[in-house]
Amino acid sequence: MATNLQIPAADRRVPVIAPGHTFSTITDKISNIVLKRPISIAWILGFLIMFSLTNMLMVALGYLFIKGTGIWGINIPIGWGFAIVNFVWWIGIGHAGTLISAILALLRQTWRNSINRFAEAMTLFAVASAGIFPLVHTGRPWLAYWLFPYPNTMNYWPNFRSPLVWDVFAVSTYFTISLVFWFTGLIPDLATLRDRAEHPWVQRLYGLLAMGWRGSARHWHRYETAYLLLAGLSTPLVLSVHTVVSFDFAVGIVPGWHTTIFPPYFVAGAIYSGFAMVLCLAIPIRAIYGLKDFITERHLETMAKVMLATGLIVGYGYFMEAFMGWYSGSKFDSFLLWNRLHGPYQLWYAALIACNIGIPQVLWLKKFRVSTGWLWFISFVVLVGMWLERFIIVIVSLQRDFVTSSWGMYYPTKWDWMTYVGTIGMFLTAIWLFVRILPMISIFEMRTLLPEAHVHEAVEVEK
Amino acid sequence: MSNAPVTSSNFGLMAEFGSAQELVAAAHRAHAAGYQKIDAYSPFPVEGLAEAIGFHKNRVSLVVLIGGLIGGLSGYALQYWVAAITYPTNIGGRPYHSWPSFIIVTFEMTILFAGLSAVFGMLALNGLPMPYHPVFNVPEFRKASENKFFLVVFSSDPKYDDVGTRSFLQGLSPRMIAEVPS
Repeated sequence: MATNLQIPAADRRVPVIAPGHTFSTITDKISNIVLKRPISIAWILGFLIMFSLTNMLMVALGYLFIKGTGIWGINIPIGWGFAIVNFVWWIGIGHAGTLISAILALLRQTWRNSINRFAEAMTLFAVASAGIFPLVHTGRPWLAYWLFPYPNTMNYWPNFRSPLVWDVFAVSTYFTISLVFWFTGLIPDLATLRDRAEHPWVQRLYGLLAMGWRGSARHWHRYETAYLLLAGLSTPLVLSVHTVVSFDFAVGIVPGWHTTIFPPYFVAGAIYSGFAMVLCLAIPIRAIYGLKDFITERHLETMAKVMLATGLIVGYGYFMEAFMGWYSGSKFDSFLLWNRLHGPYQLWYAALIACNIGIPQVLWLKKFRVSTGWLWFISFVVLVGMWLERFIIVIVSLQRDFVTSSWGMYYPTKWDWMTYVGTIGMFLTAIWLFVRILPMISIFEMRTLLPEAHVHEAVEVEK
Repeated sequence: MSNAPVTSSNFGLMAEFGSAQELVAAAHRAHAAGYQKIDAYSPFPVEGLAEAIGFHKNRVSLVVLIGGLIGGLSGYALQYWVAAITYPTNIGGRPYHSWPSFIIVTFEMTILFAGLSAVFGMLALNGLPMPYHPVFNVPEFRKASENKFFLVVFSSDPKYDDVGTRSFLQGLSPRMIAEVPS
């Protein structure tokens, strides 16, 4: 059965792995970051900052549990506020990890092998951050399990016709599958760490997690089938998750939400922001940990191109929204367009267009795609822009709907900001720990990129 | 796999190779020589290695198919039972059995069950977790997760005998041969 992730490196234009590496040097380089590299002052300082932000999140959530959602800026008509803005933003960021690990695996894009591991980790941490928001937004998070169908003494069952219930299933499935996909990819590398660790307790820890993986040919055979099937299952899953998130909006009748373009437009936006986050993390990490041999300029450039392409799809979405506002002839839809351009949030809308449509266009020029400084800056701008997009979609649509008497304004409070910034801290705390505890690049998949990993190719060379 | 020693106190004999090509060639020859109870170990998936030791088909796909079917059917059945039988509610005048609304949860349950079946099915068929295995007793085997390639003939193989198998493995020109203590 020819199911494998080892793709002959047919494309030899730019290497996805710097020349001169062997199985050993790849293993050393990646595993030493975990096993040998001393912990630096900078790492500790960074960790302390991120961990304090995580604690700020805990304070914000603790106070929320005491007081209720009244401490937030939400009101009537804007009942969704930051909670949903941040939920959609975070879950969108997660999408790049699954796209890289699943869709690019099916498309046999070998360059993904050096970024899939930490992109998947990023997915998990982003989805975990996302999950906090709808949970606390319910107002009584200790009763959130009511969303799941389970036999209960109240004789109550969820309404399966509601997009909010679909969302519970979509997001929890997404998290579960992302977790097992990530862990499956880790098993052979955990075995490598087990075999290389010197301290007996470290050995035991990785040994426990590796579950006795020994690299048997039979095991690899089943492993590759399972991995390929997981990739195949994750592909429609990742496309479905943001589709379902967009249904939360599109199934409602609020102008600006009730459109059929939402699913593809949300998915493209998710991948757009996700790649921006991968670049924002990859650029400093490859510099700090000396991984420029594995995450080469080609990776950065390819990711920049993906960002540019998905950004254009998002731009098309904006254009279509505006066009339909005019073409539909509905006065509520055209008013929404007017309100975005000239209403109280017009500066936010202008910033959104600049961040998502304007500035990233410089990526057409190779100079910006290969300059790490510029690329990092543009990725950051895209992250801000995609957050603004969700802000515009949630807030501006609710702010002035059909009945003038129920118009309102939304002002986030310090608790909103603390919760939002706190989740960024939690996300980065997890990333901080991840890079020192687990191999951030898939070691065994990197080995398959070397020409000597390909039996048939080597035989042909000998002939 | 029952690997009870028959003709030897060893668990088997292990030969080390320096490259994936050498291992595949050696595995082919060992299989062709009539050895059945053999296994090959590599630090990454090697194309054709499983076939070389005579392992052609695995049942992971079947497990995933069954898991996915169970997930999808039970997801749909649950929604039908809830919405149409036990807790019928009028939502916007839709029929109780409003199947288009049930597709998403059915889909998610299919993926969830199929994905979990893939992982746990793979682990179960591989017999993992199995923290201890006799091959770990060979010190050189640590390199099986780095850059070395190993072929093991188990002593449970009908053709196995300590001397004959060792000289057969010697003929494959390995880097070294080690006994795997049981």
